[in-house]
Amino acid sequence: MGVKLLLDKAHVEGIRYFDVYRREGGYRSVEKALKEMTPDTIVEEVKKSGLRGRGGAGFPTGMKWSFIAKPEGVPRHLVCNADESEPGTFKDRYLMEFLPHLLIEGLIVSSFALGSNATYIYIRGEYAWIPDILEQAIEEARANGFLGKNILGTGFDCEIYVHRGAGAYICGEETALIESLEGKRGNPRIKPPFPAIKGAWDRPTVVNNVETLAAVVPIINMGGEEYAKIGVGKSTGTKLISACGNINKPGVYEIDMTISVEEFIYSDEYCGGIPNGKRLKACIPGGSSVPILPANLLLKTAKGETRYMNYESLSDGGFATGSMMGSGGFIVLDEDQCVVRNTYTLARFYRHESCGQCSPCREGTGWMEKILKAIDTGKGKMSDIDLLWDIQRRIEGNTICPLGDAAAWPVAAAIRHFRDEFEWHVLNPEESQRRNYGLAHYADAREVVA
Amino acid sequence: MVKFSDDKINKVNEIIARYPEGKQKSALLPLLHLAQEEFGNWLDVPVMDYVAELLQITPIEVYEVATFYSMYNLKPVGKYMFEVCQTGPCMLRGSDDIIAYIGTKLGIKPGETTADGMFTLKTVECLGACGYAPMMQLGKHFREHLTKEKVDQLIEECRSKAAQNN
Ligand SMILES: Cc1cc2nc3c(=O)[nH]c(=O)nc-3n(C[C@H](O)[C@H](O)[C@H](O)COP(=O)(O)O)c2cc1C
Ligand code: SF4
Ligand code: FES
Repeated sequence: MGVKLLLDKAHVEGIRYFDVYRREGGYRSVEKALKEMTPDTIVEEVKKSGLRGRGGAGFPTGMKWSFIAKPEGVPRHLVCNADESEPGTFKDRYLMEFLPHLLIEGLIVSSFALGSNATYIYIRGEYAWIPDILEQAIEEARANGFLGKNILGTGFDCEIYVHRGAGAYICGEETALIESLEGKRGNPRIKPPFPAIKGAWDRPTVVNNVETLAAVVPIINMGGEEYAKIGVGKSTGTKLISACGNINKPGVYEIDMTISVEEFIYSDEYCGGIPNGKRLKACIPGGSSVPILPANLLLKTAKGETRYMNYESLSDGGFATGSMMGSGGFIVLDEDQCVVRNTYTLARFYRHESCGQCSPCREGTGWMEKILKAIDTGKGKMSDIDLLWDIQRRIEGNTICPLGDAAAWPVAAAIRHFRDEFEWHVLNPEESQRRNYGLAHYADAREVVA
Repeated sequence: MVKFSDDKINKVNEIIARYPEGKQKSALLPLLHLAQEEFGNWLDVPVMDYVAELLQITPIEVYEVATFYSMYNLKPVGKYMFEVCQTGPCMLRGSDDIIAYIGTKLGIKPGETTADGMFTLKTVECLGACGYAPMMQLGKHFREHLTKEKVDQLIEECRSKAAQNN
């Protein structure tokens, strides 16, 4: 069993309620932080921990916190990003549903570190039952003196509010999220200015993911240095992985980033292998926008080394032969799945979610969806494959926010690694409607794990 | 007349108080949710105008937002809306079949409502339940690990709930 820092208490009966959570050692980090530490020493501790943002980009959290501007007399805000809408990702939901007090605890400590007296949780609108759970936890924390005015007699005031979104993936992007919090359409802002200087209501703002803010609790409890000893290299601490697709045990797992991808897929402690004895075809290891990898490149890097479940190893080989940790949304495809159809559904997703501000993204996502649909339904042309490649290349790097890249990468990777499957669809329009290409990509079937 | 009850007005004021002074527009998304629940599960123009008035903003500011977010219904919908996820991870676990099955069973296509106004079928994009696929949103909650049998049960459940309420 690997180390568990976040989910270790997830199965304690009643852990959703304050009394049980407190009895299990909850809210110690608030006592320690507010009574024994200063905002600056907390930021230092988070820097030492090596914690990287768990929302997808992996930016060092301590460094991000140290950028927040502190102009005299201007309030600052911490905003918790609970928009969780990247296909394949459902880890934050698990944390909020089962361990709401862990998030609230992390939010209080982080609010103190950043000087936020009004902190917001921006939660995707579809998680419609979760605000009730969070609001109950907030009320319990307040009733016990951990929120509100003069917390634990330290003079620190803090309120936490839940703000529900209303269905828009783009609101997960931090500047779109801020616009949405202000009651506007979720159109990303041009940066700079960065939110740390000018964020919500033009005030200095830090936006962090749910899991990032929950991880602050063990960091304060154990100290940044101890936290940094868990894991490997720059992948410190633990990471939540939400596993889905064709596996025996879909769900949310906490890993310490030292296990191999193969162990994660096949061990009974995690995904438990692939149902019905099917073989592994491909995997999108970090949420829908990261590159899909064929089984051989997933389990081993291009150099033939074992691939591990951490930031560095998953991206080994760059986009040519690697992928990314991303949001930790781990999507497994078995031998019966069609990469063309999978890519088409993702392209449809990004077209649906583009805010429409930049023409490469607005037009490009629609165009890619149309072409992929044609190929998927047996109406594609050979030249469409090159056209797709060309479109995705023109989107990448030419837009206001990274949604454009996120839409381009899955298409690029699918063509890069599975071009033969696209060509087969074009050449066999009828047959491709009846059966799948299967594992024909692999010259040597031994490359694929049973 | 479109108007919240006193109870709801208290709720409205409580929501507005969450945001900084003078930034009451921030309460727009939560108020639209509240209004949609209260006034028949969709946002008719008078409802949006009422929300604008409550927040002292222009109606166009409300329309802009209501049209941007997928959860606001700008047309009447059925009493029960089956919002079935169709994105990659759900597709890998058979959402296409579930969508087709519901369509056949209810005699409607995605986007349509049954003639008796009871059911709307809608396809949606990833709802954050990929590990429990196939799935749908029904009102406030998710229905997960869907099978044809479960869909049959759900339809029955909705029909008998509606019959009880009548
Ligand atoms: C299109 C798009 C969607 C995003 N969605 C999310 C999301 O749902 N949750 C999240 O935490 N971060 C999301 N992000 C990343 C945020 O912009 C931001 O980097 C993150 O919240 C920072 O928190 P972290 O440093 O703790 O990861 C998204 C980014 C983009 C470009
Ligand atoms: S890249 Fe797409 S989603 Fe991002 S701002 Fe431009 S149009 Fe909007
Ligand atoms: S893909 Fe359907 S819930 Fe995520």
